[in-house]
Amino acid sequence: MTDTAWIDAALTSARPQAVGALLRYFRNLDTAEEAFQNACLRALKSWPQNGPPRDPAAWLIMVGRNVAIDDIRRTSKQQALPEDEAISDLDDAEEQLAERLDGSHYRDDILRLLFICCHPDLPATQQIALALRIVSGLTVKQIARAFLVSEAAMEQRITRAKARVADADVPFETPGAVERSERLVSVAAMIYLIFNEGYSASGDTAEIRSPLCEEAIRLARLLLRLFQSEPEIMGLTALLLLQHARAAARFDADGAVILLDDQDRSLWNKSLIAEGLALIDKAMRHRRSGPYQVQAAIAALHARAEKPEDTDWTQIDLLYGALEIMQPSPVVTLNRAVAVSKVKGPEAALDMIEPLAQRLSNYFHYFGVRGAFLMQLGRNDEARIAFDRAIALANTSAEAAHIRMHLDRLQRDSQPRGKKAGK
Amino acid sequence: MLYAILCYHDEDHVGSWTKEQDAAVMTKLAVVQDKLTKQGRLGPVARLLPTTAATTLRKDDPPLVLDGPYAETKEQLLGFYVVDCKNLDEALDVARDLGAANPGGAYEIRPVGLFRPGSVQS
Repeated sequence: MTDTAWIDAALTSARPQAVGALLRYFRNLDTAEEAFQNACLRALKSWPQNGPPRDPAAWLIMVGRNVAIDDIRRTSKQQALPEDEAISDLDDAEEQLAERLDGSHYRDDILRLLFICCHPDLPATQQIALALRIVSGLTVKQIARAFLVSEAAMEQRITRAKARVADADVPFETPGAVERSERLVSVAAMIYLIFNEGYSASGDTAEIRSPLCEEAIRLARLLLRLFQSEPEIMGLTALLLLQHARAAARFDADGAVILLDDQDRSLWNKSLIAEGLALIDKAMRHRRSGPYQVQAAIAALHARAEKPEDTDWTQIDLLYGALEIMQPSPVVTLNRAVAVSKVKGPEAALDMIEPLAQRLSNYFHYFGVRGAFLMQLGRNDEARIAFDRAIALANTSAEAAHIRMHLDRLQRDSQPRGKKAGK
Repeated sequence: MLYAILCYHDEDHVGSWTKEQDAAVMTKLAVVQDKLTKQGRLGPVARLLPTTAATTLRKDDPPLVLDGPYAETKEQLLGFYVVDCKNLDEALDVARDLGAANPGGAYEIRPVGLFRPGSVQS
């Protein structure tokens, strides 16, 4: 690895801890970010000459803090002196720095930094953009690319989000146990959102958006390293790893969706699967189940099946049943119906989704799944109606193309024998 | 004499490598490993999964299971096993048996991501 690549990786990995600590000192996001940027510039000059420091994060915090304090002093000579309390808690920082870096603080520093991004006033897309900018340190250009919007639009989105966060009251005291676990829940949800942004991409954009999945996994691992005994964080990390392990098999060369049953399982990433399975195994020992663990357990059953017909659908049905109780939602029931169709057949599955018709009347997958059940039952005319509706509701061209494939098959089947259309 | 070479690095840092950077490092390592393999000198090689996948068994009486890697610095690394297990519970059972035979200290149980058995004869 070249020097610069090494330094880039070191700066990226130190970023959450360093920005988190600088935010605690300065209590202002812009100052903290600027201090970190300045420290990075100095690192780029100093590290190639003097060799990397033993603890890059500590180095960056120390240098970033000193540069920012110098700046404050310099401007204070030109302007009126700042209020005492603006710098009073910096004086003792030097002596305490080593001790503070020992770990007890930085856990909450990073959690706070992540938590700021999940402010409830921020819409989901702004939360994600802010986290990717502040915590992950992705450039505006990189984020804009992943979101498929212009750089200017993304710049504006992030600026707006920052302004809203700056007005909000962010508590800087060390959080209590209850508060900490509430923060964890919000942060976990945000990491899941980042992942889904990348995961729900269509075939033609999957490659561009997969860094979002990788970044979400990096953040989940980071969170789990800070909170090692939280089974739901283990579950979340496992879920992301197991889903992302299938990335290379999810789309064909034309960008069309390949369903789980038809995927080339040799393309699944074995190392990510191994890590995901190990984590879900660890989580289960706590016997404190939760939605991420259940979803990860479902993904694990798929990952364990070497061939589609080896899939333990009975167990998947049970797990979706558990998820329905924890997080009742028509979408969960719809997913469960797919498992039921494998265990008890399409008739039972169709009965199960019938009551969802009204609530999912604008949901692409409802009509895709309904059409598939009807097709299995040989009710082709009804299947066609469902598929037509699905195409009208498709979110991506890949989704539409997938349904069109079903319609083509129906078309072929309805043609008189002997006149079968070629491949 | 057989020597064990134990690999230490900043996990955050290694985790921040891009896929391409990671692959480039592995390729360079493979060159060194291949040379040793041809000479019949390379024993088992393992790349461990991240410490987030680790569980620690403190060999107290009764043994205590903790999430995460072994974090104390009072004790030193004295040896290791590689055991084939169905799941974590089975691995913990093995560790408990070993711990009963040799109490005190701790075992860190970490899944192995990549394993090459090697060919060296002791």
